[in-house]
Amino acid sequence: MSQHRIVITGLGLTAPNGNTLEEYRSNLLNKVSTIQNIETRYMGTVHAGVCDYDPLKYQTKKSVRIGTRAGSIAIYCANEAIENSGIDWENVDKSRVGVYVGTTEHGNVETENEIFNISKYDYDTRFWTHHHNPRTVANNPAGEITINLKITGPHYAIGAACAAGNAGVIQACQMLQLEEIDFAIGGGVSESIHTFGIFAAFNSQNALAKHDDPTKASRPFDMNRNGIVVSEGGCLYTLERLDDAKARGANIIAEIAGWAMNSDATDYVLPNPERQAQCMRLALKRARMNVEDIQIVNTHATSTKQGDIQECEAIGSVFGKSDSTYINNTKSFIGHAMGAAGALELAGNIPSFRDKMVHPTINVDELDPQCNVGKLVIGEPVELDTVDAIFNNSFGMLGINSSLVVTRFQD
Amino acid sequence: MTKDDIKSIVLKIIAEIAPDEDLTDIASDVRLRDQLELDSMDFLDIVMELRKQYGIEVPEADYQELASLDSCANYLEPKFAALQGS
Repeated sequence: MSQHRIVITGLGLTAPNGNTLEEYRSNLLNKVSTIQNIETRYMGTVHAGVCDYDPLKYQTKKSVRIGTRAGSIAIYCANEAIENSGIDWENVDKSRVGVYVGTTEHGNVETENEIFNISKYDYDTRFWTHHHNPRTVANNPAGEITINLKITGPHYAIGAACAAGNAGVIQACQMLQLEEIDFAIGGGVSESIHTFGIFAAFNSQNALAKHDDPTKASRPFDMNRNGIVVSEGGCLYTLERLDDAKARGANIIAEIAGWAMNSDATDYVLPNPERQAQCMRLALKRARMNVEDIQIVNTHATSTKQGDIQECEAIGSVFGKSDSTYINNTKSFIGHAMGAAGALELAGNIPSFRDKMVHPTINVDELDPQCNVGKLVIGEPVELDTVDAIFNNSFGMLGINSSLVVTRFQD
Repeated sequence: MTKDDIKSIVLKIIAEIAPDEDLTDIASDVRLRDQLELDSMDFLDIVMELRKQYGIEVPEADYQELASLDSCANYLEPKFAALQGS
């Protein structure tokens, strides 16, 4: 790590089971999933995680109409994060604020909607909306934040498949360390439940979750898991250099102690446990920590047959012998929030620094022996004496791996 | 279709594309952009809705004819009349 210590000073989120950290955390500790059935174009009924935040809390009706769902989620999360940070936003130099929003994909929703729209006009492209391009450019969610909050510093998207949430945070840290900016908004968002294509593709891949009870459909590590539940959501953090945060008397939520990203370089879809393990070890090394220093490892596991096993193999090779490390999973509650997943899952564990509870992974009726790794927290929360470090994994297609080490702030 | 009918149609479209605006006291003879927060993209939306809902084309050279409710009514009246006659 370079000379600057980077800290989290605020966060804003919307998850399928909570629009504030308090609500979200409460539902994780009380084992509440709100995964539901929705109707999606061409596909019919699918399981999905749906957010119910109020878009009009921070947007006009017109901006909701012109913008995208991902942009709206991003605006909600960014405003909540800034409010949570306690910063005197009116007097912040907006040219020194950077916005880095991770997305798994962006533009599928809007493109599908327009194709459906012109299908009603015999595919006459004169009926294709002029809003298509600003809606589908990759920087749309980040850009919508800057318009809403009048931020004139840099903004862009971090396209990093399902590692994007972590990658957004990492980019924010790097830009702060480089002193390109003084205040960062970083994390990830997802609008993916509004594209039938993602459901259809997972279905064709035999990787779309199905269960009679939608709240039990996302079940990483369970013997009978059968795929992913796609969710929407978002989580953005405000991040600052420690010196700046202390100078303004900020409430420091946590410190980003280290991170790593690497690539499998092997397959479009199938993960590579060896590279995942390398990524985890590199993050630990950069944080100058040993495996025993980590109390919580949040798994990326998405409830697919192969992916869960391979991640458990990787985690086992790194953390398997640590008696002090507990392992959990958030997707069992909220499904796979795609570009938001890394940031959102980290947020679900951050309150552990205060309440010392490790939220469980739920819906494991019969543990897959190949996923029986370390101290997997199943079914019920576990209370620890102290939680000083959280290790947050997020991996994605094309073999992109990310690990983030976040610590309880100690001056 | 009367000019008042056409003004109502245009106002209904504006209500869809600018849902935050209060349209109760819009003056017919004053530019819409002077009374409402409408930008060029919004006028493209008006053009699109006329196309979608009524099959009416407004070429780019004629966009200025949509400046006020009165100019909309004057410009669109023969186009609506042509539709009814067809």
